[in-house]
Amino acid sequence: MKYICFGYYDKDKFDGMTEDERNAMFDTCFTYDDHLRANGHWAGGEALQSAETALTLHWKDGKAITTDGPYVETREQLGGILVLDARDMNHAVQLIAQHPALRYGNTFEVRPVGDMSEIMKASEERRRHTVR
Amino acid sequence: MPIPVPEPISRTIETLYRTESGRVLATLVRLLGDLDLAEEAMHEAFAVALESWPRTGVPEKPRPWLISTARFRAIDGMRRRARLDGAETDLIAHIEARNSDAPTGEDDEIEDDRLRLIFTCCHPALAPEGQVALTLREICGLTTEEIARAFLVTPATLAQRIVRAKAVIRDKAIPYQVPGFQELPARLGAVLLVVYLIFNEGYSAETTGAGLSREAIRLGRLLLDLLPEPEVMGLLGLMLLQESRRAARTSPGGDLILLEQQDRSLWNREQIAEGISLTESALRSRRFGAYTLQAAIAAVHAESSSADSTDWRQIKLLYDRLLRIHPSPVVELNRAVAVAMCEGPEQGLRLIDDLLERGHLAHYHLAHAARADLCRRLQRLPEARASYEKALALLVPDNDRQEAERRFLTRRIEELK
Repeated sequence: MKYICFGYYDKDKFDGMTEDERNAMFDTCFTYDDHLRANGHWAGGEALQSAETALTLHWKDGKAITTDGPYVETREQLGGILVLDARDMNHAVQLIAQHPALRYGNTFEVRPVGDMSEIMKASEERRRHTVR
Repeated sequence: MPIPVPEPISRTIETLYRTESGRVLATLVRLLGDLDLAEEAMHEAFAVALESWPRTGVPEKPRPWLISTARFRAIDGMRRRARLDGAETDLIAHIEARNSDAPTGEDDEIEDDRLRLIFTCCHPALAPEGQVALTLREICGLTTEEIARAFLVTPATLAQRIVRAKAVIRDKAIPYQVPGFQELPARLGAVLLVVYLIFNEGYSAETTGAGLSREAIRLGRLLLDLLPEPEVMGLLGLMLLQESRRAARTSPGGDLILLEQQDRSLWNREQIAEGISLTESALRSRRFGAYTLQAAIAAVHAESSSADSTDWRQIKLLYDRLLRIHPSPVVELNRAVAVAMCEGPEQGLRLIDDLLERGHLAHYHLAHAARADLCRRLQRLPEARASYEKALALLVPDNDRQEAERRFLTRRIEELK
């Protein structure tokens, strides 16, 4: 089963790190990511640029409105997502508990992916009936 | 990038996971000294199997292969972490030393390991909900999600219970061993209670129940294999006898059918025969306890063709014995019902009223439901209705588990209007 792990980091703290400190963190984190890949647990993942690069969209007065910045402004920013392939929730928790990013003060939120297959099937059924 | 694995091999591995993961894990916990480490190593070993067996073929003895692969991966992983923080070198040396003189895959030793793991998961230092969750996951091989679904909680809640239980095992350094002779009765009692909790959870849950009851019976069989004590026999017998009535216990519409009204031709004869035979063996040992006595009571019901032809006097005598070794208001209540059946409803009612007066069971809905039933038989209808209403009021609102009971009580109240 797949689990999405949202990695949060403290940008002020990150900006305060020296280049050597940052490199050391990246090296250990990527080593662990490689380990996850080698064991078939890595089902994908991407880092995100900082929150100020975000553009947020919502619907207002009949049209899509864009605003600068992230949807939720917090001290801790979403830094990246990692998709894990694990046997169950506790297995996912165990794999993430060893991620070196945690030791650097980062936070992970682990969530099982939603199974939309039933809803999608029902939707296809509905759409088939409405199409002439 | 996942490489497609040929269907037959992936199916072999999945089957192997179901049949062998419990044994492999149990041995790895002994070899590695840590539950989390063992679990992760086992998952790695299965992943390696998935990757390499399509090329190399399935090894002749998959279990030792999985154990040694997992052990190798675990040591590898620890070396990797040691490079990271340099803290675990002593531990690695210790585990390597332990491994060098540890034969793996021997059947006797594996069975000992399984028993060790059961006693660890059911250790009294863990919260009962943690014991149950851990046992279902580590011994029965269920996933966090499957257990969560059965207990109607979110996977996150269930995952927390498991994480906490494991933390207790680690922090208290709970030894990985089968308790010694002196400790055994009490510790076995804790294990049996966990198995019975799982079974009862399955008994009351209408939709998810059958699965949990099946797991509990499977656990009972495993335990009996590993530790053929009379009370293990008694518990397995009790569970089989209760399970034999599953098909007769509820109507197709999900309504509760009491023992008296059940269609006894729906009872599972095979489970009854096995349950009775186990109960008789346990009784013969003369070292039996409360589970065996409850199984003996269930056996009397199982052997009767109707409620009227049931040997209620025998049931009352068994409850007398049960009360002596396991005094409890609930047992007294059940005894009162047996008394009502063999000596008349007045006698039973007197005992229940006495129980309620002593303040026991005043909040137990089944006590009021039993009282209501006896009043109904005595044609004391307003009193019967009042007691049914009390029972109904004591059900937990919005508890789906009690839905069938709620409908049953409502129906009875309607009948008395």
